[in-house]
Amino acid sequence: MLTIHNLHAKVADKDILRGINLTVNPGEVHAIMGPNGSGKSTLAGVLTGRDAYSVTDGEVLFEGKNLLDMAPEERAGEGVFLAFQYPVEIPGVSNSYFLRASVNAVRKHRGEPELDAASFLKVVKQKMKVLHMPEDLLKRPVNEGFSGGEKKRNEIFQMAVLEPKLCILDETDSGLDIDAMKAVADGVNALRSKDRAMIVITHYQRLLDHIVPDFVHVLSQGRIVKTGGKGLALELEAHGYSGN
Amino acid sequence: MSAANLRGHGRHYPEGSLRSPAGLEDNLIDMDKTNFTNLFAAFDREASSRYCALRQTARERFAALPLPTTRGEDWRFTSIAPLLETPFDLPAAVSVPLPPAVGPRLVFVNGRYAKGLSSPMPNGVRAGSLADIDAIQISQIASETDSPFTALNSSFLSDGACIIVPDGVVVETPIEILFMSRPNGKPIVTHPRVLLVAGKNAQATVIERYLGDGVYFTNAVTEIAVGEGAVVDHVKVQSESDTAYHIANTQIVMAAKANFTSHNLSLGGALVRNEVRVRFDGEHAEATVNGLYLAKGKQHVDNFTVIDHAKPNCASHEIYKGVLADRAHGVFNGKIFVRKDAQKTDAKQTNKVLLLSDDATINTKPQLEIFADDVKCTHGATIGQLAATQLFYLRSRGIPLEQARRLLTFAFANDIVNRVKIESIRAELEERIV
Repeated sequence: MLTIHNLHAKVADKDILRGINLTVNPGEVHAIMGPNGSGKSTLAGVLTGRDAYSVTDGEVLFEGKNLLDMAPEERAGEGVFLAFQYPVEIPGVSNSYFLRASVNAVRKHRGEPELDAASFLKVVKQKMKVLHMPEDLLKRPVNEGFSGGEKKRNEIFQMAVLEPKLCILDETDSGLDIDAMKAVADGVNALRSKDRAMIVITHYQRLLDHIVPDFVHVLSQGRIVKTGGKGLALELEAHGYSGN
Repeated sequence: MSAANLRGHGRHYPEGSLRSPAGLEDNLIDMDKTNFTNLFAAFDREASSRYCALRQTARERFAALPLPTTRGEDWRFTSIAPLLETPFDLPAAVSVPLPPAVGPRLVFVNGRYAKGLSSPMPNGVRAGSLADIDAIQISQIASETDSPFTALNSSFLSDGACIIVPDGVVVETPIEILFMSRPNGKPIVTHPRVLLVAGKNAQATVIERYLGDGVYFTNAVTEIAVGEGAVVDHVKVQSESDTAYHIANTQIVMAAKANFTSHNLSLGGALVRNEVRVRFDGEHAEATVNGLYLAKGKQHVDNFTVIDHAKPNCASHEIYKGVLADRAHGVFNGKIFVRKDAQKTDAKQTNKVLLLSDDATINTKPQLEIFADDVKCTHGATIGQLAATQLFYLRSRGIPLEQARRLLTFAFANDIVNRVKIESIRAELEERIV
């Protein structure tokens, strides 16, 4: 599904990614761990097209297509989704307005007919139920006045509505207490399927107790320095990143 | 001075600043008024005799008053040179097709009352053409002594919209006043006039709408008297053609316990100057003076507001928001006077501007003159651009860049849009922006 080959990227004049290689197949969950500054969030940003980063070498193929050539909205249309580390507040735009615009933009990209207000609401209400989202969510402005936990759950809710093929979760556990983290993890686990892949970026092992990965990669100074199974996360927890 | 967030070409001039803006016409001191005065004689041949004396007085005032120049503080960023360089004609009587009215409306085409396009007024309201109604308040509210354009409007006073809501009469349905300009080849000038009088404890909602095609000059004056305990909701939708000039003076006088709300929606026009002046003439009155201006291309939109707290215990709330794209130029000048005896005044003013391009310009200036000592007055101005983080967030959810920009622009304007109580106008604005 996703093939990253020798990816180099920099922010301003600073090299952050220095040759990432990673293959992700449908149904797999890959955890990417690493200390602060190792390039985890940069990788998420490069994959989704944030313009703060410039790619200097390497390529990224998503279902055989060159992902790096696409605008962020095209990547979303192709089925790439980023759950933000810091979800953005958009006062003045309601969640329902935003989500419908989003769903229909993605459907349009895929050549599917747009959803009218009624069918959209039906889809959304059903997903809200599964994720235990509060009733008034749709009327509220996007992320405005949300608690940290609510923001992260809203990311997972959007993910559920958009049904992407590749989900990238950028430090989704950061700033969450254990209950909020469990709620988010339950939401993510409900979306696991044999056709959908996930990249879970995290600093701490604790999220991986709840979202159990198939592979764990350790990122250090812009390179993947170690790859293993879910046990690797426990080792890191015990010995720290410097124990490598 | 409170928050002034400067980005793009935003300028926030402190009061009394002597910085001179570059590129503005500045040599208009001896401007010629004949462009307008030479139309007097022809106008009088067709005009109603009802306002003959009033026109004469106004013409004398117009002759005596200097035209505004960019050397004066109040017109510093807006040059009226194009108005003097364009040869305007009096408009011809034309008939235009118009969709049937959904509610009560008064239609004026090329300055003339179009009875056939108008629809019946609600029960209990005296309304129609100024040519047919004796209204003692005409020219009593709008000040001609310091505004040449108001004097010019009165110099051509013959027809116009008159709405008198008697004491205690509550009108639920909004009344729409439509002014249309249809030049036939040559540029034309009209002087639309509105008189709205709400009696004691009366209630009414009035929409003032300006439309047109081609090159023309609309010099409008609106006089509104809000009686004791009366509630007036006023919406002005300025959708002039993109080659039109629009200068408007909307003047409101408020009696005790009156409640007035105005939404000034400025959407069209090449050169636009909206003046809104509210005067509190009784205690415990409340005025909400909001505006939204959208400008693109080379549009120039100047909003000039004056809130005169002449009496104690009154409240005014003012929010103006502007969205400027391309090379558009916006001006906001918000004056608030709190007179010596106007204790317990509560005045709040906000001007926020969204610059969608590096070439758009805004000049914004709050101007508070407070002579009472027990008052609450706040003002703030912010100038910003679309946030890159918000744009990326929307795009990462599949929303194309252009749509994301429109969505965020709508989000910016939304708190003004949401305050407009008339649903059809909210929908119209949403359609326009998104």
